[in-house]
Amino acid sequence: MPVRSAELEHLKETILKMAMTVEAAIKDSVRSLVERDSDLARRVVEEDRKINTLDVQVDEECIRLLALKQPMGKDLRFITTAMKITTDLERIADNAVNIAERALELNEEPLLKPYIDIPRMSRIAQGMVRDTIDAFINEDKQLSKDVIMRDDEIDELNETVLKELMFIMTQDPTTVSRAVKISYISKYLERIADHATNIAETVIYMVDGKIIRHMLPEQI
Amino acid sequence: MNTTILTELKAEAKDLNFLYGQVHALKDINLPIERRKVTALIGPSGCGKTTFLRCFNRMHDLYPHNRYKGEIILYPDNVNIISPEIDPIEVRMQISMVFQKPNPFPKTIYENVAYGLRVRGTKKKQVIDERVEKSLRGAALWDEVKDRLHNLAFDLSGGQQQRLCIARALATDPRILLFDEPTSALDPIATSKIEELIIELKNEVTIIIVTHNMQQAARISDYTAFMYIGEIVEYDRTEKIFTAPSSKLTEDYITGRFG
Repeated sequence: MPVRSAELEHLKETILKMAMTVEAAIKDSVRSLVERDSDLARRVVEEDRKINTLDVQVDEECIRLLALKQPMGKDLRFITTAMKITTDLERIADNAVNIAERALELNEEPLLKPYIDIPRMSRIAQGMVRDTIDAFINEDKQLSKDVIMRDDEIDELNETVLKELMFIMTQDPTTVSRAVKISYISKYLERIADHATNIAETVIYMVDGKIIRHMLPEQI
Repeated sequence: MNTTILTELKAEAKDLNFLYGQVHALKDINLPIERRKVTALIGPSGCGKTTFLRCFNRMHDLYPHNRYKGEIILYPDNVNIISPEIDPIEVRMQISMVFQKPNPFPKTIYENVAYGLRVRGTKKKQVIDERVEKSLRGAALWDEVKDRLHNLAFDLSGGQQQRLCIARALATDPRILLFDEPTSALDPIATSKIEELIIELKNEVTIIIVTHNMQQAARISDYTAFMYIGEIVEYDRTEKIFTAPSSKLTEDYITGRFG
């Protein structure tokens, strides 16, 4: 029995809604840090429930379609991809929550230094999430590849941030507690980019039927 | 057409064409049939899959104005089984068919299975007894009927009758078994028994199955050929066909966006 296109559209819409909420969570979590806005940080933690609910909704819908429609070919690839994507989106949101929690702690202490690279990483990560979901919706393989390539930028920024923080810590041990928390945040953003990369790889499978995970970039 | 890894061929269609009078039902069919594997033929109604299946045991010879062109080679003999010099009766002894609806003869269970052997001239009761038991066991029916072998075949349930037809087909020790939608008249439990049986039978015999049920093709076959308007559109490992087919037409068919 074919999966109706309305059912696939509905699934796409739910994922899109989830992705938009997740993207906002990344943005707000970093904003709550940069602008020292603890109310905003608490809202990010609260909003995570919505994302969890959407995650369960997508999973239930996918399982229903698998059981009742027994999809094949492209539909099968679409539905299994949807399930994987929501898992990654949910993890991204968890990382945003972690950022917000660290922001809540950091906002209680004096500012260590102005945040420059962290907002930059956040913008790249948000862009990766947005583009990877666009690639999913539009079955755009090239955009997925672009996202995968962008992961290196975040990795490099993360390295830079860590080095800088280590330098600060060696200079003044009273900064350690704050510097470690900021380094976590940098790591969370780096993880977010990894999850976006996972999604991009899954999208390429959906379009091509080719599994490219664990391949070198030049093999893709 | 991507034929991937070829193991050992049992048969092969080469530039096979078939005409019902003026109707060109099969067009330049090329298809390998792997030994001791299940090959499924799928496609919309009227695509030629049953016509193709029937070529394998020369069913079309029963009607006038039917013409074959090309070859179906049976290995390892290298014989073209659709050649006019080959006796269709002999072909049917080696390549048996199981049909959509169970069609046992109006005879006893025992006689249904023994029939092909008797036609072949086997007379010894002991030999026939042994073959009947072996075939009924092969068709996973023996335990259910061993105490009533001389009851009429029509006393059996639909699923049992179909397994009896499989036993009858097995009795002559065929090299290829052809199944034409063998479970379309059966309930899900009888269907799953037949499907398990087909998977077991491939240890002994090469199987070609026509099915409208794509999940069935996916469950039991090793290779799948998708046919459309008398042609093979795509042939590949079943797993490939149902997850990531190469042809757009196949994709549209298996996802139900078609016709």
